[in-house]
Amino acid sequence: MVKCENVSTKVSLSGWELDNPVIPASGTFGFGYEFAEIYDINKLGSFSFKGTTVSERFGNETPRIAEAPMGIINSVGLQNPGIDKVISEELPKLKKVYHKKVIANISGFSVDDYVAACSKIDNEDIVGLIEVNISCPNVHSGGMSFGTTCENAAKITEEVKKVVSKPVFIKLTPNVTDIVSIAKACENAGADGLSLINTLVGMRINLKTGKPVLKNKTGGLSGPAIFPVALADVYKVYDAVKIPIIGMGGVSSAEDVIEMMMAGATAVEVGAYNLVNPYASSEIVDNLPSAMEKYHIKNIKDIIGVAHNG
Amino acid sequence: MKKVIYEIESNEKLVDNVYKIILKGDSSDFKNPGQFLDIKIKGFYLRRPISIYDISENSVSIIYKVVGKGTEKLSEMKKGETLDCLSGLGNGFNTNKSGETPVLLGGGVGIPPMYYLCKTLLNENKRPSVVLGFNSASEVFCLDAFKNLCVNTYLMTVDGSAGEKGFAADALKKINYSYLYCCGPEQMLKSCYDNSSTDGQFSFEERMGCGFGACMGCSCKTKYGYKRICRDGPVLEKGEIIW
Repeated sequence: MVKCENVSTKVSLSGWELDNPVIPASGTFGFGYEFAEIYDINKLGSFSFKGTTVSERFGNETPRIAEAPMGIINSVGLQNPGIDKVISEELPKLKKVYHKKVIANISGFSVDDYVAACSKIDNEDIVGLIEVNISCPNVHSGGMSFGTTCENAAKITEEVKKVVSKPVFIKLTPNVTDIVSIAKACENAGADGLSLINTLVGMRINLKTGKPVLKNKTGGLSGPAIFPVALADVYKVYDAVKIPIIGMGGVSSAEDVIEMMMAGATAVEVGAYNLVNPYASSEIVDNLPSAMEKYHIKNIKDIIGVAHNG
Repeated sequence: MKKVIYEIESNEKLVDNVYKIILKGDSSDFKNPGQFLDIKIKGFYLRRPISIYDISENSVSIIYKVVGKGTEKLSEMKKGETLDCLSGLGNGFNTNKSGETPVLLGGGVGIPPMYYLCKTLLNENKRPSVVLGFNSASEVFCLDAFKNLCVNTYLMTVDGSAGEKGFAADALKKINYSYLYCCGPEQMLKSCYDNSSTDGQFSFEERMGCGFGACMGCSCKTKYGYKRICRDGPVLEKGEIIW
């Protein structure tokens, strides 16, 4: 009989042991310290900080938020203070309230951007692993996202791996023909793990004006609306690679965490739900042991990928 | 910020499409006029940010306009039903800088936050004047509420069907004021900004994701860097606005 007091929620990502698999996703948790005002963020497995680029960015013009059925579409466009200020200002603020390691989410618009930002963040002790977001447009190839071709995805993985010592997880976009081949290309190029999925392209039109709600016209859809899509992608990729997967996309409960892990995720990121319920990730951590008891799971590691058995 | 489950005490129509809700529950997280509630409405994923109209020890009231399906659903809610809200959001207005005779300008649903601001200024023994701007007589609400506070109240309508014909900013010419507070459509804010002779504070509106500073959905550029309307605003000082 499994009792929630004796379950184990520990998981391990490339040798880094996390107390639990619950990780607020990049872009929904800032640099953490603001959530520390409402709960102790040290209870989280870890969290992935706001997507950071080499230089400061304002991002896209507003409006950059639109609602969707069971979801949110954003076109924030990677607003961030730039890698140097993140290191000199944001991380010191975070260290005052957070004593675990963080996931550094890094974006870029050229291979050089990624290499420069990753090599800087690699020196920070507080960073447990680097999550490389390759969904951004490549300014050197007509703005097409790096993450949409095996060649570009592999190139970034290879170049980043050359300059860093920390584990590198590549965050994949679902807006591709075949996410499995891109996942494999990253694995072959030396990625230590994969994060999936990023947002799906979406849009809304204001019926009164006849114009798109977002100034950028399209944005990235997240929230429960994409959970089944994310689950299917994690399931497919798990079958094809040996490296660990951080699963994400619409996760909103401890049950969703379990389901995502059954599909093949070693850890799980919670995104949009933090925005509508600021206590979301904290509540999921609290609820996980009783959800495990309910489904007779003694050790959460045991369920990783069980949906593939038999 | 605090998550509070409020009970609806009343939900009353003031004029077409404009409603007032009185909510019973913890108001302790509100520190300043001009702050807002972020309201979860059943069936909708994102919360709706709405400025506070008035506060007392155990209640909060808001006045809102039905602009879409979410606010339409809110307008149908009845006494006794509950609302899951994040309370005490935003910076709100700072009354320290007002001087003795500030002027408060509100346009349409930009008017409600001016009411609690006006009460706060009166409690500080200041002598505010109020300008209320509407498109036409059929849209006028809150006029009596301000008159009952015994402050100089100017009513302006664009078509001249009530009060004086003109925009809220037009009233500035006739008033001697020490400071300016302003909330309304962006065009009105801009016009008050251009036509005012003193410093002031302006409350902005933007589509928000979270309402508490996490998503960067509502950022704007100011003279002192990027600010989030939901957390660093919604109130910005005249000196930092780029227009």
